[in-house]
Formats: sequence, C-alpha cells, structure tokens
Amino acid sequence: MNSFTYARPDDITEALREKSIQVETTKFIAGGTNLLDLMKENVERPTRLIDLNRLPLSQIEELPDGSLRLGALATNADTAYHPEVQSRYPLLNQAILAGASPQLRNMATDGGNLLQRTRCYYFYDLATPCNKREPGTGCSAIGGYNRIHAILGASAECIATHPSDMCVALAALGATVQVSHPTGERSIPFEDFHRLPGNTPHLDNNLTPGELITSIDLPAKGFEKNFSYLKLRDRSSYAFALISVAAALELDGDRITDARLALGGVAHKPWRDQEAEALLIGQPATSDTFRRAAAKVVEGAQGQGSNDFKIELAKRAIVRALKQAAEMSEEVNVNVFQNSNP
Amino acid sequence: MSTVIQKPLDHQPPSLPPTQSVRLTINSQESHFTVAPWTTLLDALREHLDLTGTKKGCDHGQCGACTVLIDGKRINSCLTLAVMRDGADITTIEGLGTPENLSPLQQAFIDHDAFQCGYCTPGQICSAQGLLNEGKAKTEAEVRELMSGNLCRCGAYPNILSAIMEVMDKDGLIMDTKEWSAGGAKPEMDPINS
Repeated sequence: MNSFTYARPDDITEALREKSIQVETTKFIAGGTNLLDLMKENVERPTRLIDLNRLPLSQIEELPDGSLRLGALATNADTAYHPEVQSRYPLLNQAILAGASPQLRNMATDGGNLLQRTRCYYFYDLATPCNKREPGTGCSAIGGYNRIHAILGASAECIATHPSDMCVALAALGATVQVSHPTGERSIPFEDFHRLPGNTPHLDNNLTPGELITSIDLPAKGFEKNFSYLKLRDRSSYAFALISVAAALELDGDRITDARLALGGVAHKPWRDQEAEALLIGQPATSDTFRRAAAKVVEGAQGQGSNDFKIELAKRAIVRALKQAAEMSEEVNVNVFQNSNP
Repeated sequence: MSTVIQKPLDHQPPSLPPTQSVRLTINSQESHFTVAPWTTLLDALREHLDLTGTKKGCDHGQCGACTVLIDGKRINSCLTLAVMRDGADITTIEGLGTPENLSPLQQAFIDHDAFQCGYCTPGQICSAQGLLNEGKAKTEAEVRELMSGNLCRCGAYPNILSAIMEVMDKDGLIMDTKEWSAGGAKPEMDPINS
C-alpha cells in the first residue's frame, strides 16, 4: 500500500470540501472492504483518504411518500436485516445476503456497494494490460481467459462485469441514488447510475469526481409477494455470481400485471431489461411466457470464448427465477441458505 | 568500509505523513497508540499491541482468519484501518476466554476436535461468536451459510460445525434439528422448537 494522509470529517460539507482540494487523488472511504483491497494490490493509489464514517448517513428511514431511504453508510448487514427491508423488500434482503460473507457485510456500506469495482482478474493484475485500470493499454480479457466476463453491453475495449448482488435487486426495484456535491444535490435513477464501458471503461458510473452518495431510496412498491433472487456460482456460498437474476412479479390470479427483471454477472452494469418486462406484463405466468422474456434478454448476447456457456445459463436462470417468483415455492426461500446449483 | 554518498535529488523526497493517535478498548482494556494511517487494524493488533492470536491469512478479506468483534459484530480486521476504528470496542480471541476459563465455543472446539493446524481457529471462533451474537442462524444449513466467510485449509468443517451446533443447542438456539448431520455430532438430541 502506498503512503497517504487521512482525514475524518464530521459533516457532509466538510467531507465535500476536503475531497474538492485534490479531487482526482483523494478518495472517500467508508466500509473499506473493496478500496483497501485494491490499495494493497496497488490498483488504487490515493494520496489522501477522507473517512466518511462519522457522517450522519447510516439511518434507514421511511419517507412521507412511502419510500424507504437507505443511508449511504448503512451497512449491508443492517440493511438486509432491517425489519422494513425484510417485510417490504425481501428481494433486496435476499440479494444482499447472497453476496460476500457476514464479516464483509458487517463493514461494507450501501453507498460503497454501488461503487465497488469489477473483479476482472486482469484489472487486479498490474502485469497485464487493462483499459479500465490504465486507459489505452488494451483489454487482456478479450482473447484471454474470460469465464466471469460480460455477455451483454460489452465493448471492444472492456468486457468486465459489475460484481454486486445488491445492485441487481436495486435495479429491479427501480431505486434512486441521492448525491451531494459542493454546490448542491441531485437524484440519479438507478438505471442511469452505472454505465456501459464504451470507449471509456475506466469510468464505472456517472458520478462526477467530487460527488458523494448520501442515500439510496427504494420506491414504495416492493414486490414483496412474488420475487426471487437466484444466484448461480462456482461454489454455493461466498463467491461472485456467474449469473444472477432478480425477478419480481405482481399477479392477478395467474396473469402478470407488473414485472421486473434484472441480471447480475452479465454486463458492466446491473442489467435491467424493460423490453423483457414488457413481454411479461399482461401475459399468463407460464413457462412459455418466461421463455419468451428470457429469449429477449439474451438477444444480442455475445460470448467471448470461456464464457459462452453464460448465454444458455442466463436463459435458464431467468426462466427458473420467474417461475420461483410466480409460484413462491419453498425453493425461493432456500436460495440464500442452500443454493441448489444446477 | 565504503562511505555512502547520496547524490542530490532533482526533486523533494516525499515526506512521511504524520502518525495518528488511536484509542481503542481491546478486550476491556484501554489502549492508546500512534500508527501510520495505512496500518490495518490487524497489523495494529499483531505488531503494535502484541495480540498475535488474531491471524493474518490472505490479508484480502477472503479467508476470515483475521476475524475480530467490533462492538460485538464480526469483521475482517485486515480490511479496515486502525485509524478508522478510533474509539471502538474490540474483542479478539484473547478476550473471549482464558486458558483456565475457556469460552463455551473454545471448549466446544476442543471437545469436537474442530481444528487441525489451528491457524484459522481464532478467526473461526470469533466468527462463531459473532454468529451467536447476531442470532440469525437457527438451523445447520444456516450455520454453514453464515460461517462461509471462514476458510479452513485442513478441512475441519464438519467438526467446526458440530462444535458451533453444540453451543447453540445448549443455549436453546436451534430451531430445526431435522437435518442435524454434522460429522460426529449428537444425533440423539431432542428437537427444541420444531
């Protein structure tokens, strides 16, 4: 780890001011579970850290319009086990508990979860070219070993995936990210928060360098009756997703009146597909309907060699997750604790 | 003996940042020390405070050997900085019990032969204590899942599981005993709440 200086401001204004002094080389730190790891690997080399942990941003509270505000510093564990999240947003509860380990979830924050970086092995390996780590050097995953890489939305410069489980549920639920900057605040719809790599893969999201996430707001509608977070991975716990699916349905009898569908492990951002959702709405909750939506999602999917299997796996995972959501079979509730991999 | 003559640099050498003062309560004792800001809590415990029970395994948050409790919650001490924990209340393996008065988990790990080389054991026990404090695990499957952040290279998992299950059993924490199948576990146990 390189040397750096450290500051621990007590309020947001001071944190933003501290950051603005040398905005490119100063980093905010909250849980630290990803940033410190990257600093040990010399992938991140900040000269100054601004510790956010004394800012008043760890509360989880209901807003007047019925939405639920997750403070940016609320830990992943406190969020997953919060009574309002468990009862109103069980999809989010499942997604969070499918990720990392209890120790990491006790430290990792909700804001930090959005900002975690890809686990592409070439991104971590300073000995190999990587356009995300060092723009213009090339992508080692294209033509290299790319089992964990993207099948959707990738570019000729980067095929990395976003590693979060929590963010897949947030994308499906249609959350909003609240952000502060030195001259004000703004709201970013979740789908516009992360970005595709294009020819600027060093940028993971659309925050500008001086901005700070203050909360993540969940809309009132939580799809608490019919949902599933299905995560498929190489071992049944404590591993990143090869494919994950957040499926949420609203049913009137067996007819689908509203639907949400988002995937993890497939793209540079949590991949919500509203066209596939439109194919579900108004249709009967049958395997045929689910297969049509799945086919839509992988339309245009492209394998890179080692990850070709993900296209078929994604299709099957989508059908299975939608079926679980529609039937709310017991399998849904054991996804987290006994992930029965295919 | 040769003399080292330093050539003049064409730039100012980087100066070391000042060390920072940190106050921690560790195993009910106040500690006050100064560290460089990049010192992890793990390194502070081992190198500055001689509390070497906490182990450095991977140093990347993947193995759980460095697990300690902060305000009763388990965390990876390798992925947090000592300065970030100023004012915190920390429990390490040294604070859970003493050789004369082992904690229930420490005793159960011995009774169930829940280790071989022992390197992961302090982290396993601190993690299991965190699991008990959380109160979320009620079944064997849940204990397995919620202990997945602790790796054991010797593969003592069945015995680790039965040690934890025994302590939970004594505390009346097990909800569903149907699948109670850990290696060497007590199969004759009565169901408690199922």
